[in-house]
This record gives sequence, C-alpha cells and structure tokens, in this order.
Amino acid sequence: MRYVDEFRDGDLARHLAAAIGSEAQGTRRYHLMEFCGGHTHAISRYGLGDLLPPSVHMIHGPGCPVCVLPIGRIDQAIRLALEHRVTLCSYGDCLRVPASLGLSLLKAKAQGADVRMVYAVTDALELARQNSERQVVFLAIGFETTTPPTAVAVQQAAASGLKNFSVLCNHVLTPAAMHAILASPAGVRLDGFIGPAHVSTVIGSRPYEPFARDHGKPVVIAGFEPLDVMQAVLMLVRQINTGRAEVENEFTRAVTPEGNLKAQAIVNEVFELRDGFEWRGLGSLPKSALKLRPRYADFDAEARFGVGYVPVPDNKACECGAILRGEKRPQDCRIFGTACTPDRPVGSCMVSAEGACAAHYTYGRFQGPATTVAREEMQ
Amino acid sequence: MSIDLHHGRVEMNHGSGGRAMAQLIDELFARQFANDYLAQGNDGAMLPAPAGRLVMSTDSHVVSPLFFPGGNIGSLSVHGTVNDVAMMGARPLYLAASFILEEGFPLADLLRIVESMAHAAAGAGVSIVTGDTKVVEKGKGDGVFITTTGVGVVRDGIILSGNLACPGDKVLLSGSIGEHGMAILSQREGLSFDTGIVSDSAPLNGLVEAMLDSGSRLRALRDPTRGGLATTLNELAKQSGVGMRLDEAAIPVCPAVSAACEFLGLDPCYIANEGKLVAICEPQDADRLLAAMRGHPLGQNAAIIGEVVDDRNGFIQMTTRMGGRRILDWLSGEPLPRIC
Repeated sequence: MRYVDEFRDGDLARHLAAAIGSEAQGTRRYHLMEFCGGHTHAISRYGLGDLLPPSVHMIHGPGCPVCVLPIGRIDQAIRLALEHRVTLCSYGDCLRVPASLGLSLLKAKAQGADVRMVYAVTDALELARQNSERQVVFLAIGFETTTPPTAVAVQQAAASGLKNFSVLCNHVLTPAAMHAILASPAGVRLDGFIGPAHVSTVIGSRPYEPFARDHGKPVVIAGFEPLDVMQAVLMLVRQINTGRAEVENEFTRAVTPEGNLKAQAIVNEVFELRDGFEWRGLGSLPKSALKLRPRYADFDAEARFGVGYVPVPDNKACECGAILRGEKRPQDCRIFGTACTPDRPVGSCMVSAEGACAAHYTYGRFQGPATTVAREEMQ
Repeated sequence: MSIDLHHGRVEMNHGSGGRAMAQLIDELFARQFANDYLAQGNDGAMLPAPAGRLVMSTDSHVVSPLFFPGGNIGSLSVHGTVNDVAMMGARPLYLAASFILEEGFPLADLLRIVESMAHAAAGAGVSIVTGDTKVVEKGKGDGVFITTTGVGVVRDGIILSGNLACPGDKVLLSGSIGEHGMAILSQREGLSFDTGIVSDSAPLNGLVEAMLDSGSRLRALRDPTRGGLATTLNELAKQSGVGMRLDEAAIPVCPAVSAACEFLGLDPCYIANEGKLVAICEPQDADRLLAAMRGHPLGQNAAIIGEVVDDRNGFIQMTTRMGGRRILDWLSGEPLPRIC
C-alpha cells in the first residue's frame, strides 16, 4: 500500500536498529520521551522496544488527549447529560473514562442520558441542525490537532445562527505540557523528546525551539509510523552524542517550520487562552488550554448551562498522574492488569488506545512483571 | 391466486398459521429448497440415521445490511452453520432454517434471500429439510433474521477439539483475512466507501474434506468469524491452556483490506471472516496439510502462521514485520455490530 508500506519496511527497520545500536554508547543512557500517545501506540504495536539497545529508554509522555482530561471535566459532561438533559456528543474513548460516583458517560447513557459517539465535530453539528428541539453539546477534547475542526464548527454554527449547539471546550496545548514536565523539580530525567506528528502539522516546528535553546533538550518531530520513530531515535542519539540540542524535523513530508497558518488563524479567531487549566497528572498549568472568545460565548456550554469545573482527586490506587509525567511505567502501577484493565479501566491511561497503560496491556504485557529499573533511573 | 413475489410485502398473516402462511411456504420456501424430506410436509423431517457420530450446531444471523458484496443473509446463514459443523471434522448433511420476518418486508427481497440460500445449500451439498416462519410487527425486526441448525456426520477416527492444541503444534490459516467484515463495513450507512472488497462467505466443508483426506493429524479447526483471527486464536489458546507464537509477515491480508483497515484505524486480525479456517496440527504433518489446503480452491493462499507454545498466561505473541514482539490480544471495547 503506497504511503504506508514504505514506512513499515522490516528490512529498513533492522538497518535503523543496527545504526542506533552501533551509535548509542554503551556507557551512557539515553532517556527519550515520546510526547504523543500516537508514538506510544506505534512503539507498542510494532514492538519497537525490542529493536532498541538497552542504553535507549523510551519514556511515555502525556500526549494522549483522553488521558490528560481530569475527572472533573468528565463530571461536567455527565452533569450536562443527566441533569440538563442535553444530547452529549464526543469521541468514542471519552465515553469510557471513569468519573465520579462510579459513572462514565457510557454508564450515564445506560441511565437514560442521551450520549452519542461521533467521529467528528461535524456529526454533532449535523445532529443539532436536524434536532432543533434538542440542545446538542460537543465535548471537545484534544491537543492542537483537533482544535481547528472545533473552531470551524463554532464558526459555522455562528454563521447559521444555530441556537441549540454548544461546545464544552477542553482543548489543550502541547508546549505547555512539555514545559511542565521539564519544569517539575522532582521530575523524570530526560535527554530529548520525540516531538508530536499531527500536532506539529498545525503548529509547525518553531514552538519547540525553547526546549532546545533554553532547556538544552533536543527535539525531533516524527511521524507516527514505526520507521519514523526509529529514525527519530537515531537522530536524537546523534544529537546527544555530539552535544547538540536542536529542533530537527523527521516528519518533513507533513510538517513545516511555521505550520498550518490558516488553521492557526481560525483557532485564534475562535479561541483564547485560559488563565489556568487542570490537567490530570500535571496539575493546574497557566495558559495551557483554550476557551471560546467572548464573541462566541453563546456556544460555550459551561456558560450556557452554568456547569462549573469542580476538581476531583484521582483514585488513590491509580498511578496515571505519575505515568503521565513519565515518572512511572504502566507496569509500576500495582493495579495495572489486575483491578485496572481495558475492559474495566480505573484510570484514563487504560482507556484510550493511545494511553500508555492500554498500549502496554494490549501489546506488551508478555514482557513480565514490574521491575524497579524505571524508579532507579529517576533522579 | 399465487403470491406476488415481485411486488408483494410480508404481512402479519404470513406468520399466523393460516392459509396465507401455507401459501408462502409452498410457493417460496418449499419450491426453492425442494427435497424429499421437506416434501414430507410434516412438523419435522424424518431422516435416515447415518452410522457413526453426529455433530449438531446452530447459528442465528442478523447481519446488516442484508445484502452485501459477495452474498446476503441467506447465503451467509447456510455457510455459517455448514462451517460450524465442518469445523468439528463432520460432513454436513441437513439444515433446519427458521425465519423471523418483519411486516412490510418486500417479498422480492425475501425471494432473493431464499434463492441464495437454496444455491448455497446446493453448493455445500446439504439439504434444508425443515423450517419455520414467524412474522413480527413493523419496527420490531430488521427485515429478516435467519437461524439455521445443521447436522453432520464425523468420519471414523477423527476427533477435533479446541482443547487439544499442544506445544510444538503448527498453526495454519486457509487464506487472507478480514474480507467479510470489511465488505459489510464498506456498505454501512455513514461509513460507506467504495473498496471493491467482496465477502469471503463460502462453505468450508469441501476444504475440510481435502484436509482430512490428506491424513494429516489435526487437533482442531475453527472458523475465525466474529472477532476475527485474534479472537479465534485466543479462544483456542485458552481452551488448551497454551500460548502461541505467530509471524505477522506470514498472515495473508489482501491490499484492499489493508488499505480500508488503515483508513478506519482497524486491525485486520480483529475483522470477521466467513470463508476461512484456522487449523492446529501436529508439527510433522504441517507441510502435508498445507499442500492439501493449497490444492483446494478455498485454500490457495493457505499459510503456516505460527506454532503453539507452552505459556501459562495463554499469550498469543506475534513477531511484527518490524522484527519486534507484541501480543495479539482479545478484542476489547466495542465490537463492530452485526456483521453476521
């Protein structure tokens, strides 16, 4: 298959693995964070860990939209569906995230709430158009990749004077999360980042420059195919070996330095920065998420229905927070694979296919029980 | 006056036990399925008892849409049960068929479905010897649901069961995976896309006969329908208390299925098949069995895809095309609805 097989060529993967193996110095360790859940999924699905030398350690990052959403945000959506009786639409994975009172959106649905899984925000818009007697709310989540479609939907709703459509906005920003991980004083030791693929098609490669320039961390933006990941690891090893810290772009077939200017303009027209936003695992981060601008306030579900955000602590046994910060691995969580499985998730990282726990459970759990390696390596 | 099979619709009285029902049975079902046992016209078919052991299996079919590239609910309902009987190493002989029809369903569509069942039964060498028809009010069904029950006879000395897989055994697959599920998905409202993928729905009893004729020592056969290859292999591993090691590159997937799966974010290993089988056999007979499978039209692309290993966790481990390892896990989350 064109544009797919080229990036999943086993022989090329073995060549890249050999190059990484010969260039990575056995006397040092390379702690590389793949920011995106898409990369985490690719590493697990293709078993790329087996192709890397022992000196290269991949650390899963927080780039999984469903995972970083705190419980209180799902609670808001459930309140809208159960108490305000709206038609609540969201992406499939969001519906299974455990929330307060043993609920999830799917369980609310079983209690009679009108909860719909949609493939795109346009499906929610269409539902609103065809059911003028129903209030339709789109639970908007995601990093910069899913923000432009939400912005376009809001513009379209405004242009057509749609009165029964609104957005529960939870769009978050990648650079803010990367900054939070580097700023954490007790945080994980990192030598470089594999930078986001799809996010970078929108924001470009420039927003990562402070991480290289100010924090001395190399960033290699990479696509989500297995060869992209292998190539990015090789590029990071080379930067680290030569003492460089630069933003390099492996994903040149889709990412430019300036990104998608048209998408950025639309997002900027519809959204503005929130002062603060609570992330699961990362805590409350300033200027890390978006809200609708005042001119689109009519489409803001929080304002329309008066559902404020109430913080809720994670389940005590759940290690999602530490896993999202890269401080622990899924198998370091004591409920991993026992109380918490993809069929009965406790934490959000076990819900989404991009979540580190779900990826490790689904593809990698044959590798055995937890070891203490990850903790020993943290400084 | 005969029933208007071209413009008429199913009415409540077609299931009421009266004259209209008798007429529908005579003019549609009995005519299409014609055989001596059905012609007895009784509440049940009286059949000669074959020597040896019998296998019996039943399967309900609720596929949506009813008509799809490569078949329809009629042919599928025959193949589904014929294959379940064949997976026990049995030669399917007789089928019973029960129809639940929705009021208002076009008789022309029902005729197409019944013709296709008759054709599929003839192709598989089985007779539909008894049946039943019920009609539900409009809105309480989805056109047609069909339940078929099959009876077959096992040849002497053959014992196939999912709990017989042993470490060292080879795992064989009869051909490329995912075609039925993707043919159905490609027709789904809201997802419709033009792929040219045709369902692999087919009777596997001929292929099974060829495999048994080869004299290879088989442990188990199973058709990877709902949940696909991954689910079937996990079921077999669990039943036998073993694990498996697979080679991803050995699993045949046609390019159109690969492309459609890529497009929808699906894994072909979890997509349904209706004309493929998985065989577990003793290692020294694997090559002979593979040759026998490839000699049959429905096994031309057969492959040895892995082997059974000792693993108390029951993991199906797969070496990816990249050379790394992963699990091929049980299906989790929402299964794709109503594919068979």
